[in-house]
Order: sequence, then C-alpha cells, then structure tokens
Amino acid sequence: MTISIPTTVIIMVLGLIGIGIYALLTTRHLIKVIVALQLLVKGAMLALVLAGRLTGQEELGQSLAITVIIADTIVAVIGMALAVQVRRVIGTLDLRSLTSLRR
Amino acid sequence: MFHVLIAAAALVCAIQAVRAARLLLSALWLAGASALVALEMYLLGAPEIAVIELSVGAGLVTVLFVFAINLTGEENLDARRTIPRPLSWVLLFGASALLLIFILPGINQSETGQVYATFREIFWEDRQLDTLLQILMILAGVLGVLGLLSDQKTDLSPTQKDRRA
Repeated sequence: MTISIPTTVIIMVLGLIGIGIYALLTTRHLIKVIVALQLLVKGAMLALVLAGRLTGQEELGQSLAITVIIADTIVAVIGMALAVQVRRVIGTLDLRSLTSLRR
Repeated sequence: MFHVLIAAAALVCAIQAVRAARLLLSALWLAGASALVALEMYLLGAPEIAVIELSVGAGLVTVLFVFAINLTGEENLDARRTIPRPLSWVLLFGASALLLIFILPGINQSETGQVYATFREIFWEDRQLDTLLQILMILAGVLGVLGLLSDQKTDLSPTQKDRRA
C-alpha cells in the first residue's frame, strides 16, 4: 500500500502541531515554550504550502508561508529576549514564578 | 516512500526536541526538524520558502537559541507540571480532532496544475499589504529586542523601586 503525498504531509502537519500543543501544555520552561511554538508554526507553514498546492494556488500559499516565517521568527526573537530579561530579574525561567506579577 | 521517511524523521526530531533534558540538544533537534520541513517544502514545489525556512528556521533561530541559552544558563526545573498529564492528552486529542474535521474534506481534492499568477506578482503586488506589515513587524521586533535588552535600572516601576529599597 502506498500513501499519497498529501496524506503523508497531512500526517506530518498533524504530528508537528500535536507535539507542539502537547509541549505547550506540559512544559514550564520559558525557552522550551518557544521551542514548542516553533514546532507548531512549522506544522502550520507546511499546511499552508500543501493547501496552496492542493487548490492550485501554490504562489498564494507560499507568499502566506513567508509571512508566517517572518512573524514566527520575530516571536522567537522577542521570546528569547524576554527569557533573558526574566532570568535576570526573577532569577529563574520557571513559568510558575511569573505568576508573582499578580501580587 | 521518500516523503514518508522525511515525515517520520521530522516527527522524531520534533519529539526529541520536546523531550531532550538539555536545552542545547533541544535547540539542535529543533534545527533538524526545521531542515527536514524545509526539504519537504522543496519537494512540494516551494523552493523559495524552503530556502528561507532553512536559512532562518534552521540557521538564524538556532544561533539565537544557543545565544539565549548561553545567557540564561541551563536550568533543570523539577518535574511538576502546570496541568495534569491526562488533561493535556484530552486537550491534545480534542485539538487534533478539530483539525482533522477541517482538513479531511479537502484531502481528496485532486491537484490542479493551473497557475493563477507567478510568485513575484502575488508577493509584491497582490499581497502588498502583507509585505508592508512584514516590514513593520521586523521594525517592531527590533524595537522590542532593544527595549528588552536595554539597561534595566532606568525603567523600574515605582513598586519595584519600593521593593528594592
């Protein structure tokens, strides 16, 4: 039995998004959260390229994917700068200690 | 078959990136997953995106990760979780089911070879607003990083100053 290319890519997309969501839900480390976000967005990007291919509008899907890449990179950069500052001010990267802002 | 191998390898890299105890290894596995996603995009007929993803996703972001990990240091948090494991599995399956409901109707659509416009036309003309917003996003990102990494002493809020005093 051969698996068609779209099915394979959809499995890959679902896997990446699933792993990303699971890691986002379970991890408490700020940098690991950024890793999880990156995985999630890679899945979304692949889905955009595949959707463009399936509907015959490859170029539209690709130009949207570029937007996603840029937004994702900026999120990662800001997240890491935030992590560095959080570490400097609070002394830990544990997400739970960020709840001290409530006090 | 090649596609299946790439998909399997990318998923293994992703799982390892999440599971790895050391942050540096996590970043390296993420770079591997990114490179495999880029390869898959190339095979899907999107070489421009593949190149950008490879240079930005696997290159730049990994370098930034290593930089950030160096600055913050490795930190082993205890294994307590924010939400219980069964709940996270339930949420995960719920999200996957929703995705499948949206994806499945389109999966059997036949691939059409019709080309509406070239990549350049769409990127620079049809989606001009997107391009402008991307430039704005990059500027906002630069300003954000500059603001975050600038000297902390000057922008303490009054309550923080009280607490420090």
